[in-house]
Amino acid sequence: MSLKSFQNLTSRVIVLPEDNIDTDQIIPARFLTTTERSGLGKAAFYDWRYDDAGRPRNQSPLNLAGQGGHAILVAGSNFGCGSSREHAPWALLDLGVKAVISSDIADIFKSNALKNGLLPVEVDRKTHRRLLKAPGEEVTIDLETQTVRFGGKWQAVFKVDSFARYCLLEGVDPLGFLMQQLPAIKEFEKGRA
Amino acid sequence: MSVAETKPQSLFEKLWRRHIVVEEESERPAVLYIDLHLIHEVTSPQAFDVLAGKKIRTRRPDLTFATLDHSTPTLPADNHGVLPYATPAAAAQVNALIRNCREHDIPLLGLDDPRRGIVHVIGPELGLTQPGKTIVCGDSHTSTHGAFGALAFGIGTTEVGHVLASQCVLQRQPKTMRVTFNGALSPGVGAKDMALAMIADIGADGGQGYAIEFAGPAVQNLSMEGRMTLCNMSIEAGARFGMVAPDEKTFEYLSGREFSPLGDSWDEAVAEWRTLPSDPDTVYDREVRINASAIPPMITYGVSPDAAAPVDGRAPQPKSDIEKHAAEYMKFDAEQPFSTATVDRVFIGSCTNSRLSDLREAASVMRDRKVKEGVTVLVVPGSEAIRAAAEAENLHLVFLNAGAQWRNSGCSMCIAMNGDQGEPGELVVSTSNRNFIGRQGRGVRTVLASPATAAASAIEGRIADPRPYLTMTGKQNRCH
Repeated sequence: MSLKSFQNLTSRVIVLPEDNIDTDQIIPARFLTTTERSGLGKAAFYDWRYDDAGRPRNQSPLNLAGQGGHAILVAGSNFGCGSSREHAPWALLDLGVKAVISSDIADIFKSNALKNGLLPVEVDRKTHRRLLKAPGEEVTIDLETQTVRFGGKWQAVFKVDSFARYCLLEGVDPLGFLMQQLPAIKEFEKGRA
Repeated sequence: MSVAETKPQSLFEKLWRRHIVVEEESERPAVLYIDLHLIHEVTSPQAFDVLAGKKIRTRRPDLTFATLDHSTPTLPADNHGVLPYATPAAAAQVNALIRNCREHDIPLLGLDDPRRGIVHVIGPELGLTQPGKTIVCGDSHTSTHGAFGALAFGIGTTEVGHVLASQCVLQRQPKTMRVTFNGALSPGVGAKDMALAMIADIGADGGQGYAIEFAGPAVQNLSMEGRMTLCNMSIEAGARFGMVAPDEKTFEYLSGREFSPLGDSWDEAVAEWRTLPSDPDTVYDREVRINASAIPPMITYGVSPDAAAPVDGRAPQPKSDIEKHAAEYMKFDAEQPFSTATVDRVFIGSCTNSRLSDLREAASVMRDRKVKEGVTVLVVPGSEAIRAAAEAENLHLVFLNAGAQWRNSGCSMCIAMNGDQGEPGELVVSTSNRNFIGRQGRGVRTVLASPATAAASAIEGRIADPRPYLTMTGKQNRCH
C-alpha cells in the first residue's frame, strides 16, 4: 500500500466530547468479518449514527463527516482505546475523517492511524477544552510545523513521532523501510543461532 | 563488574535490549525482532493481501502460528457437517485464513484440531509462549503472554504485514511501570478482581505509554492462569505490555508442553530464563502500590473498565455528564445497591477467564444449584483442550445440570462477532475484559466480573457476591 502523503489540512471540526471513545464505538465488532479494508465508512460509528431500525439519527454530529469540509474529529480524552482493530482508522478515513484531535489518544490506535494517513493530534488540555466547545470551528493542522491553528490567533503545537511524520510528509511506506533492513535482520538471526 | 558500573535493568529492558536489530534513534523507531507471531482470522486477511500485492512471502512461517477463534462458531456443526456461522462473511473470513496459511506454509489449528482455541489461551497451552520471547499478535490482549515473562504486545494489521514480511516491527521503547500488589488476597477474590481494582486505581488511560510489570507477593502467589488474567487486562488500563517475572511456577507450567524445549535444551532454557527477572534496585518510570488484602470481589458499573467497584457496594453519584450518560445506559440509579440489579445473561469465557481454573471456580459455585429462571448462561472454554479437560472432570455436567449452556471454544460473547451475543437492553454479567457500549451486542449492558461472581449472579439472577457460596460449600469445593 502506498501512503497518501499528509501536508496540512484546513477543515471544520466535528466534536464528540465523550472520554474513552473505544474502537468498538468507532466500528462495532459485527462489521469486522470483512476481509477488505475499503468501504467501511458506512460502519463507522454505526450505532451512534443509526438507530435500532437502521434509520439515520438526525441529531448525530457525525452526519456532517466528510461533508462541507468536516474532516477533523475533536474527541474526549483516551480516544481509540480498547481493541487493536485497524478497521477503526480505515472506517474513519472512508467516512471522510482525516485527523483526530484529543488530549490523549490510545497507543495502538495512534500507531494504526499513522500507518494509514489519518493524523492523530494530541494537544494541550487548554487547547483541547477550547476545541471541545467549538463544533464547526475551522481548524488548520500543519504537519510540517506540527501546529494547530484556529479562531484567528489561537495556536498550539503537537508532537507526532518523527519517523511517522517523515513517512507521511514524504509518502514513504514503512514496510519498504523494513525490507531495506533485511541484511541486518539476517545478521541478527545468524548471531542468535 | 561492580554494581555501580551497570545500571540495573528491568525484565522489560532486558528483553527489549536482546531483540533490537537496529537501535532506536530520535528520527526512527527501533527495529525489534519478533520470536513468535500469532495470527487469527480477523486482523490478518488485509495483511496477506498487502503481501500478495507486493509478491512477498511470509519470511519465517516457522515463527508464525495461526488459530481460529473470533468469528468461529461455538455451536457444533449440524447433521450435514455445516457450522452455524453468524454470516456468510464470517465463514469467508475463516476460509481466508485457512487459505492464507496453506499458501504461506503457516501452521494452523484448523476447525477440527483438538488443540484449537483462543489465541491467548493456546499459545501458553502449547508451550509456544515462553519467557524471554517477543510475541506479537493483531490483538490487543496479546499482553496475556507477558504472564510468562515474555515481551508481548498487540499490533495493528499493517504491522501484522510487517512481521509476516520481515519478522520485525518498528517500535519505540515505552516507559516502565511497576504495579506491586502487597499482602495476600482474601478468600473469594482472584486475579480478575486485582485487575479491576488496578484499572479503577490508575484509570483506563493510566498505563498509556508504559510497559507494566506486576510484582509483589500477591502476584507471586497467583497461579500461571491468574497471572495471565492480570496481564490480559493491562490494555484496559491503556498499557500495551503487562508482564510478570518468570519463576519456578512458570517453568513447571511449561515443562513437557508440545513446543517447550526438551532434555538439555530445557535445562539451558531454564538457566537462561532465570536471568530474566528485574535486577534488584531497578528504577521504574512509575511505581504503583496496591494493598491486595483490601481488594474485595469487584464488578464494573459503567461503560469503561475503570468504572469498577466492590460487588457489595452501591452505584456512585455521577460526577460529570459523561458519567451520567454511562449510568443512564447501564440503568444504575445513584446509590442503588448493585445487588438489586436483575441479570439477564451470564457469560463465562474469553481470553481473560476461560481456563480450567476459571471453570473450576465457576463450577464450585454452581455445583448442585440451578441457574435462576429467565437467565441465559453460556460457558465457553478457552480451547478445545480445556473443554476436554473440563469434561474429564465432569465440570460440563455441573454447568448443564445447573441449566447453563456448554459450548465449543472461541472468543464468543466477549467480542460478539460469531453470533453469540446479548439482546438490546439485557444486563450481562461477563468474565470478559470490556464493558464498552454495545460490545456484547447492540444495547447490551455489560458488567465485568470474576468467574465466581458471574456464577453467583447466574444462580441468584441478580448481581451477587460470591463469598457466601465459598463458605457454604467450602468442603465440597476442595474435592477437585
